[in-house]
Amino acid sequence: MGPTYWWMLFGMALVTYIPRMVPLTFLDGKELPPIVSGVLSNIPYAVLGALIFPAIIFVQEGNILFGIIGAATAFLIAFLGGGVMPVVLGTIGVLAIYSFFM
Amino acid sequence: MKNQFIAGLKAGLSIAIGYFPIALTFGLLAKTTGLSLMEATAMSIFVYAGAAQYISLNLISFGVDPVTIVINTFIVNIRHFLMTASLNEKMHRAPKWVKAIYSFGITDESFSVLATGKEDKIPTAYAFGVTIIAYGSWVIFTAAGHVVGANLPEFLQVAMSIALYAMFIGLLVPAMKANRKVVMLAALAAAIHCIIYIGELLSTGWAILISTLGSAILIEIIYARRGKNVTALQKEMEES
Repeated sequence: MGPTYWWMLFGMALVTYIPRMVPLTFLDGKELPPIVSGVLSNIPYAVLGALIFPAIIFVQEGNILFGIIGAATAFLIAFLGGGVMPVVLGTIGVLAIYSFFM
Repeated sequence: MKNQFIAGLKAGLSIAIGYFPIALTFGLLAKTTGLSLMEATAMSIFVYAGAAQYISLNLISFGVDPVTIVINTFIVNIRHFLMTASLNEKMHRAPKWVKAIYSFGITDESFSVLATGKEDKIPTAYAFGVTIIAYGSWVIFTAAGHVVGANLPEFLQVAMSIALYAMFIGLLVPAMKANRKVVMLAALAAAIHCIIYIGELLSTGWAILISTLGSAILIEIIYARRGKNVTALQKEMEES
C-alpha cells in the first residue's frame, strides 16, 4: 500500500482518538448545569437502545428470522435474571443450533 | 486496586468474545483488500474502531482518496464525544494523563459495560481492565484472521455474529427492570433509529448520535417537567 497508507492510518487514529479523549480529560472536574448532567446520565441507556435496534434484526443479511430469534432469546435470558455472560453464551448457543439445522 | 482490575477484565470478557468473530473477519477482509499483515494489524492497534475500520476497507477497495477516508472515520466516530462526556460524570477522579490513556479504549462496547455499572463511581483500575481485555481481543484476532482466515465452522461463525448485541441486551435489561426511565430512554432511541433507518435519512454513525441525543434530551425534559409539576402540586397543597 505504501506510505500513503500509513499517513491515512495516522489520520484515522487521530480522528478516532480525539472524540474519546477530549471530553474525558477536558471536562474533568467541571461542574455542569443539572439539566446537562441529567441528559448525559441518560446517554448510556439511550445509546444501548439505538445500538441494538434496528441493527440486531439485520445482523444476518437476508435472514430477519435469525435476528428476531437472537433478540428474543437474549431478552428472555436477561429478563429471567441471567447475567451478561449467560445472555451472550446462551444466545450464541440457541443461534448455533438454529443455523446448524437451517 | 488489583481486584478492581481483575473485576474489569471479567466484565470485559463478554466484549472480548463478541470482538472475536468480528476481528477475525476484519483480518480476513483486510487481506483480500490487499493489506499486509502488518498494515491490517496496525490499523487495529492504532485506530481501534470496528465500524470505521470496516468502512475504510470498503473505501480502500473502491480506490477512494485517503483524506475522504479520514473524514469519514471522524464522522463515524463523532458519537464518542457524547459517550465519553457521559462517562466522565461517572469516572473516579484521576490525573489527566491517566484518563487520556484509558480513553483510547472507549468503544461503543466498553462504554456500555462501564456506564451501566451499578457503582456510583467507576474506579480507574476497573476501566483499564475492561478496555485492555477488549483491545487485546481486537488486535490479536485481527492478526489471526489475516494469518489463518476465519476458520471457524460456518454455523458457529454465523451464530457468534449476535454476541455484541446479546451483550448490549444483557447490560440493558437489568437496568430496565429497575427503572422505568431506562425503558423509555432505550425504547425512544430505538424507535428514532428505526425511523431514520427505514427512511434512509442518515448514515449509521449520525443515526446513532441523533437518536441517542434526541431520546436523552426529550426524556430528560419530560421528567424535569414532571418533577416541577409534582413540586408545584405539593406547594399548592401546602398553601391551601
